[in-house]
Amino acid sequence: MNSCAMTAPPAPDAPVVSNRLAKNAMRHASERVIEALLFAAAAVSVLTTVGIVYVLVSESIQFFQSVGLVEFLTDTQWTPLFDDAHFGIMVLISGTLVSSAVALAVAIPMGTVIAIYLSEFANPKVRELAKPILELLGGIPTIVFGYFALLIVTPLLQKIFPELPGFSLLSAGLVMGIMIVPYVASLSEDAMRAVPMSLREGSYAMGGTRLHTALHVVVPAAFSGLAASYILGISRAVGETMILAVAAGMQPNLTWNPMEPAATITSYIVQVALGDLPHGSIGYQTIFAAGLTLLLITLLFNILGQWLRRKFRENY
Amino acid sequence: MQTASATTAAPALKAEARDFNFFYGDVQALKKINMPIHDKKVTALIGPSGCGKSTYLRSFNRMHDLYPGNRYEGEIRFYPDNTNLLSPDVDPIEVRMRVGMVFQKPNPFPKSIFENVAYGLRVRGEKNRRALDDKVEAALKGAAIWDEVKDRLQDLATNLSGGQQQRLCIARALATDPELLLFDEPTSALDPIATGAIEELVHELKQRVTILIVTHNMQQAARVSDYTAYMYLGEMIEFGKTDDIFIKPQDKRTEDYITGRMG
Repeated sequence: MNSCAMTAPPAPDAPVVSNRLAKNAMRHASERVIEALLFAAAAVSVLTTVGIVYVLVSESIQFFQSVGLVEFLTDTQWTPLFDDAHFGIMVLISGTLVSSAVALAVAIPMGTVIAIYLSEFANPKVRELAKPILELLGGIPTIVFGYFALLIVTPLLQKIFPELPGFSLLSAGLVMGIMIVPYVASLSEDAMRAVPMSLREGSYAMGGTRLHTALHVVVPAAFSGLAASYILGISRAVGETMILAVAAGMQPNLTWNPMEPAATITSYIVQVALGDLPHGSIGYQTIFAAGLTLLLITLLFNILGQWLRRKFRENY
Repeated sequence: MQTASATTAAPALKAEARDFNFFYGDVQALKKINMPIHDKKVTALIGPSGCGKSTYLRSFNRMHDLYPGNRYEGEIRFYPDNTNLLSPDVDPIEVRMRVGMVFQKPNPFPKSIFENVAYGLRVRGEKNRRALDDKVEAALKGAAIWDEVKDRLQDLATNLSGGQQQRLCIARALATDPELLLFDEPTSALDPIATGAIEELVHELKQRVTILIVTHNMQQAARVSDYTAYMYLGEMIEFGKTDDIFIKPQDKRTEDYITGRMG
């Protein structure tokens, strides 16, 4: 107080400075709050993932206390609910991989071709019309696709292959592929449109045709984006549930033949989760072991995708 | 008038614009351009930004065909066969096979150095490995970049420096032996040393190919070109020998631009 009075000349400045500091402090505080909110939002998704992994791993550990890992990986039967229980996960993995392979054999070529057409050939009006419609296809509930596979695609396929059973990996896989096409096409098209026009002009100026430009300049330049879209497609295929539950049959069946019915990891989980399994029983724990396997498969493909992206990254 | 005197001084023509108009949709970007391009000479197009010089340049290889709504009127005659480059009957791909282009910003493809230069040859269906090797080497030598890249032909072209990338793009254009080479402000993204290298290259290249170069650097036009055209608001104001244009321009507007009073 006294010193304030003593230093009279700077006094008029002092409140200004402290005001400014006060404002600064306010701003600082609100920045802090925002930052905390943003962090919390980010943390929710990370914590969810951590929580899921924790539950899967902890329940699976209990499962593997009663079933050996070797048996789990090598047994050729999957009958966890029978008296003579077998836990051969390869049975479910084979169904998952076969149906995914069929789906990707449809989705990747078709999605890429559609993306090339939309990005390099279609005139802007067609593109503006076609892209939203295509994306709409991705919004159809998968249960609808499942019954489409069961009631329309399977009978059609049976006209070509009379021996095809009413439930098959082929039919479910084909429809699953159609479901994934929009994701692959849309993301691939984004990746190709992000290729700068100057590269296309460079190719055209050399006498390149549209097709040559698309295949030799745009696709290679966009490859890391294309790979990302393929990986997303694989993840969708491996994780897809309803179409397979409805149209592929749910018999655990170790087969690499798409013409047969089979259960996949996801359709098994649906089937078992619908029943009333006692908590803590071995049948209940198989859900988590199967879920963990699914998680590891998708993780594997994601790592593969990251590696592909880095290997083929072409900077322009 | 200037046109007439220039023509008599150097009779051989590579191309000639005749009453050439160009439209972006409804907007007329080029107005009644008449201008000769002399064979094995460097012709510079100068003028303020937006005057249409790049638009004019890009008409020679029908680049405007890539975008909808563009329209050509009149003719650009191409010699010795006297083809109208702009005719709808002429395939733009055929035009681009004969007219090469180097862009403002170096745009090497994200491929190896070798594949960049081989690109035009592959477009033309060349599959013979020996022929590809020979032509790529010759083109890289022609673009004065061979010594810098001969030991790393398989490296990614996008890792080269800006000046090297631009010379690589010149090599890419040279590999297919074009008759006319278009340069669209080829040094505007480069430092003075790289610019000097490109200018020297342009000077050497005119032994074998006709060059049309857009530049907004008048010193550059004066240094590299034999003929200069001054364009303003879509019109060809004055065309003549570079020395004449820079020393005694006939048109007041050219003089204003060159002396820095405008533009």
